[in-house]
Amino acid sequence: MAVIAIDNVGKTYGTHAVLDGVSFSVPEGRCLALIGHNGAGKTTLMKLILGLITPTCGKITVLGCDPARAGKEFRHALGFLPENVAFHDELTGTDTLTFYARLKGLGWPEVRPLLDRVGLLHAAERRVKTYSKGMRQRLGLAQALLGQPKLLLLDEPTTGLDPVSRQEFFGIIRDLTAGGTSVILSSHILTELEAQTNFVAILREGQLAAFGDLDVLRAEANLPVSVRIKGNAPAIAQGLNGSYHKVLGPDRGSIEVDCPAVQKMALLRTLAEFGDLCSDIEVRVPSLDDLYLHYSGRPSVTIEETGS
Amino acid sequence: MTSILILAAKEFRDGLRNRWVAAATLLLAALAFALTLLGSSPTGLLDVKPLATTVVSISSLTIFLVPLIALMLGYDAIVGESERGCLLLMLTYPVSRTEIIVGKFLGHGAILAVATVVGYGAAGAAAAWTGSADAESWRAFGALLVSSVLLGLSFLALAYLISVLVTERSTAAGLAVGLWLLFIIVFDLALMGFLVASKGAMGREVFPSLLLLNPADAYRLFNLSAFENVRKISGMAGLSATAHFAPAVLLLSLVAWIAAPLAAAIAIFSRREA
Repeated sequence: MAVIAIDNVGKTYGTHAVLDGVSFSVPEGRCLALIGHNGAGKTTLMKLILGLITPTCGKITVLGCDPARAGKEFRHALGFLPENVAFHDELTGTDTLTFYARLKGLGWPEVRPLLDRVGLLHAAERRVKTYSKGMRQRLGLAQALLGQPKLLLLDEPTTGLDPVSRQEFFGIIRDLTAGGTSVILSSHILTELEAQTNFVAILREGQLAAFGDLDVLRAEANLPVSVRIKGNAPAIAQGLNGSYHKVLGPDRGSIEVDCPAVQKMALLRTLAEFGDLCSDIEVRVPSLDDLYLHYSGRPSVTIEETGS
Repeated sequence: MTSILILAAKEFRDGLRNRWVAAATLLLAALAFALTLLGSSPTGLLDVKPLATTVVSISSLTIFLVPLIALMLGYDAIVGESERGCLLLMLTYPVSRTEIIVGKFLGHGAILAVATVVGYGAAGAAAAWTGSADAESWRAFGALLVSSVLLGLSFLALAYLISVLVTERSTAAGLAVGLWLLFIIVFDLALMGFLVASKGAMGREVFPSLLLLNPADAYRLFNLSAFENVRKISGMAGLSATAHFAPAVLLLSLVAWIAAPLAAAIAIFSRREA
């Protein structure tokens, strides 16, 4: 069963359509990465899923009910980490988490392991105002994990985290999805998302520009593979003839060749035949950044069909 | 119900932590003590118990101070949380919007009640100890404490109404100050001007009812007229208004001034989008 089903949903403030005709669904235990520019409608979509606002048109079903009208059981099953999470500075980490735990009907037995899990146990008795940005973010995550939610929504969760914390963070997310929790997270640091999930939704000006499996989207976009070759660049360029889009490096010691994904092996075989002309080869497949640029309608590298 | 208590307890503990409780209590106690000491000197001429004098002077002080404290305490209750980003998170918890308003209101109300009862109570005890106080004076003083808390709660409720109506803290602060000026200063001036302009023609019929439109006036009437030995020194002994309203009606109007703004705040907060 789909944990979230969004059917042709739109949200309009005044005359400005923040979301327009968005439809998708998220199955149980998946981690969906919601990506888009600032103002593309990511936070609005999260608020709709949380039931904090109601859609202007369309229908949203979350955990089998309408989030804006759902009762308290629904909210018990939710975890949310807002963008720029704020806590009262004067409270300690323990006090803060205990307050939120009690609102969910939980207590210290649940609070302590969570503080430990996000690595805050050593700082639990310090006031939140002494916390770094990363520590506040961890406290925010601990708060979202209270009561083992079925659905976790994380708005820009990794901002302010250092690389090590980020890895730990994604480790926690992996454990959760393995346990059947569905996760939606938004981010603009795309390279780090790629290794964590292959399930993405790209929003562009309130519309769903792309949705689904990263590999499928990559195939659909048909973005070029970029091959960077070191060696005798002019000779290589001549050898490759007019078959590919080529850019010579500034020192004539390297050359960058774009080719469609399906021709990658052919190109590599040709290069292998050049022998000593090539000293090093580096292959770069289109990243999530490239895909995002492609689907979000910003100018990006496209394949030049030069023919052979 | 438990959510309300959790929220109220948190608000009260925040008040203890950021010294709101201590500051308000000390302020009220210091001023009440000053008035008690001043008030006990000129009482030789009239047959008035010092504690009764204290009731009159403290109630005059309360009208200016307690509404101001209440407004400052409550104006950012919702809009402040919203601006800090705490409110959005709170709304995703299994807590209804009514529970949020009522819980926070009870917490802030407890801060106000503690400050008033402890601050004034200390002054009252001192007045009774130094001078004489009969049973009726004590009743008048008890009524002063209760009605002062009610007055504070009514302005706290108005502050909450402001807090759910606006989207910026600074706007709420401005409106709170404006509301204080309106009810404490402008309303009475306007009423007097109205009375003079109409040459007292509508005085007996309309004027007393108009006083109920301001919680501060209802409070003043209640404290200056409810008890015999207070009436003697407050100069309210012969006022026509007292004939119109029993003390219970005045107290009831204060309660209405708490319930109505709070209900409006809940209704607006429940309807608005986060």
